[in-house]
Amino acid sequence: MSQTQPVAVLGNFKDPNVLMNAAKRIRESGYQDFDIYTPYPVHGLDKAMGVKRTILPYISFAGGLFGFANAIFLMAWTGAEHYKLNIGGKPLFSLQFAIPVTFELTVLCTAIFTFLGLWGLCKLPTWYSPLQNDAGFKSAVDDTFVVSIFAKDQRFSLEATTKLIKDLGGDDVRLIEA
Amino acid sequence: MNVTDTINQDKTPPHGHSGAPSIMPSAFEEPFREPLVLGNPTLHDITEKISSIPLLTPNLKFLITLFVFASMALWGLACMGYTIATGIGVWGLNNPVGWGWDITNFVFWIGIGHAGTLISAILFLFRQKWRTAINRSAEAMTLFAVMCALIFPLLHTGRPWVAFYWLTPYPNQMQMWVNFRSPLVWDVFAVSTYFTVSLLFWYIGLVPDLATMRNYVKSKLGQTLYGIFSLGWTGSMRHWHIYEIAYMILAGLSTPLVLSVHTVVSMDFATSVLPGWHTTIFPPYFVAGAIFSGFAMVMTLLVIAREVLDLKQYITLKHFDNMNKIILATGMMVGYAYAMEFFIAQYSGNPYESSVFINRASGDYAWAYWIMVSCNVISPQIYWFKKMRRNIPVMFVMSIFVNIGMWFERFTIISTSLHHDYLPASWGYYSPTWVEISIFVGTIGIFFTLFLIFAKFVPMIAIAEVKSILPTSQPTHHHDH
Repeated sequence: MSQTQPVAVLGNFKDPNVLMNAAKRIRESGYQDFDIYTPYPVHGLDKAMGVKRTILPYISFAGGLFGFANAIFLMAWTGAEHYKLNIGGKPLFSLQFAIPVTFELTVLCTAIFTFLGLWGLCKLPTWYSPLQNDAGFKSAVDDTFVVSIFAKDQRFSLEATTKLIKDLGGDDVRLIEA
Repeated sequence: MNVTDTINQDKTPPHGHSGAPSIMPSAFEEPFREPLVLGNPTLHDITEKISSIPLLTPNLKFLITLFVFASMALWGLACMGYTIATGIGVWGLNNPVGWGWDITNFVFWIGIGHAGTLISAILFLFRQKWRTAINRSAEAMTLFAVMCALIFPLLHTGRPWVAFYWLTPYPNQMQMWVNFRSPLVWDVFAVSTYFTVSLLFWYIGLVPDLATMRNYVKSKLGQTLYGIFSLGWTGSMRHWHIYEIAYMILAGLSTPLVLSVHTVVSMDFATSVLPGWHTTIFPPYFVAGAIFSGFAMVMTLLVIAREVLDLKQYITLKHFDNMNKIILATGMMVGYAYAMEFFIAQYSGNPYESSVFINRASGDYAWAYWIMVSCNVISPQIYWFKKMRRNIPVMFVMSIFVNIGMWFERFTIISTSLHHDYLPASWGYYSPTWVEISIFVGTIGIFFTLFLIFAKFVPMIAIAEVKSILPTSQPTHHHDH
């Protein structure tokens, strides 16, 4: 049996206001590798934690450009270049008739890129977590806010980190080991 | 920016801090708002209530209902097979009415889908918190409605196995491509996009709730399946941050889809030259009608669901009040469109146009026209009265009327215009055969079967979203704590 390594110190919270304050103070104490698990998004908590704004909108925008470009190319090339289709003498390609398909493909590709970008940035699916056997952690998707400061963090120290979470109002502050 | 941005404007009685009222004088007192979740449940209560529904052992009533609808579905599928095997001749389509029940049903089902997306996306952008109790089932309804709708364009080609070849631009040795000027091709892109985006949006909304189910169910199989589909979601705030932005982007994408998809469907008719079809009012008219019929279908489903599954504290009378207001509003828009169509037909001086409209009201299909008008224009007027908006039997009956009326609207538009066009020599009556009727009944069966299966396995109410709108679930924003 290899020696167990500390993974994280967890603390349960119930009140969103206390939680907000805790997040701010943890960030101010210099911790960077920590997370808070909640059953629903708590408004402003990501800001209090110092979470950087995600790049997802850029990924979505890239999807939009991709869809737009493909749509225009598809219609312009097939109808005006490869097999020039004469429908009642109308222009081989015009923006007016191209709008519906262009719009739809732009929306479609934006949505697909957003979907893939979301899970990619979250690094999901990840069907394992070192915390997954902890009862409190499991209740984070039910009714508990769980603060977790990871041992990998530079400032981590078992006593100081445990004391910090306790002082901030955390219940059942415990060490998770792997 | 997130789902509950307006929490600090939600004037439930001030909470926390020993119940003392805010020290800051408020220049404006907002009226007290009805609670959206009754009975003050805790977060765990919500989890329990909604997660336990899929775990209920299917009782006899459920199984009988499922059996009835599944039988309808199978019968419909059999008739579809018969149509494909024998040919479109088994339908009642003729010359001049080349589109009858088939396209009526297509537009009917697609229209129904739009309410789900409106609730999911548009009400989200308008920060209407009441949407959280109904958006999951409404969006599921959209997916099933679109699946039912797609059957018809494929089937009505007569040779559906080549429909892919005809409709999609794929490279081939004949160097043939589709005609992108045609609304029928636009339909292909619009409806596929609509289905895909709705599915992605619905699934994204589901993931946190599937994680809740994963941690709630006791059976290994349940944990495994919910675990797989919840992708390992932990509730990490770092993930929620990205999630909320993705949700907002998808809501923003779905919103124009509500408007554009049914606009494209309406263009199937509007871009023709047929009197009664060739009118610019069709896009907004169809979109309003779609929302109208969709909300009626959501109403039908939810009145039953909340009764059977005991969800009255989540799907409250306030929710129904709001939905009925939307039904009234869109019903008035549809009524306006009827009046405007008729007026413009007369005002235009075009004899063909005016004769079509007079024929609608007094010709061979007058019975269909007047069913449509009474169901769509006259009956929703009852919703001016708050008591009626909150009366369950009334709204259930009304929702059925609206569904019937909206089906007849599509039927009137399609069949009456076709049967009575320019040349009297071309005129001809159309009636459906038993095969067409059976296929439609079959799609109703498919729709309700899918919905029952959905209710059995998937959390019917958006658990995380309902939790996030509780008055006590978000931090207060005062800086003087």
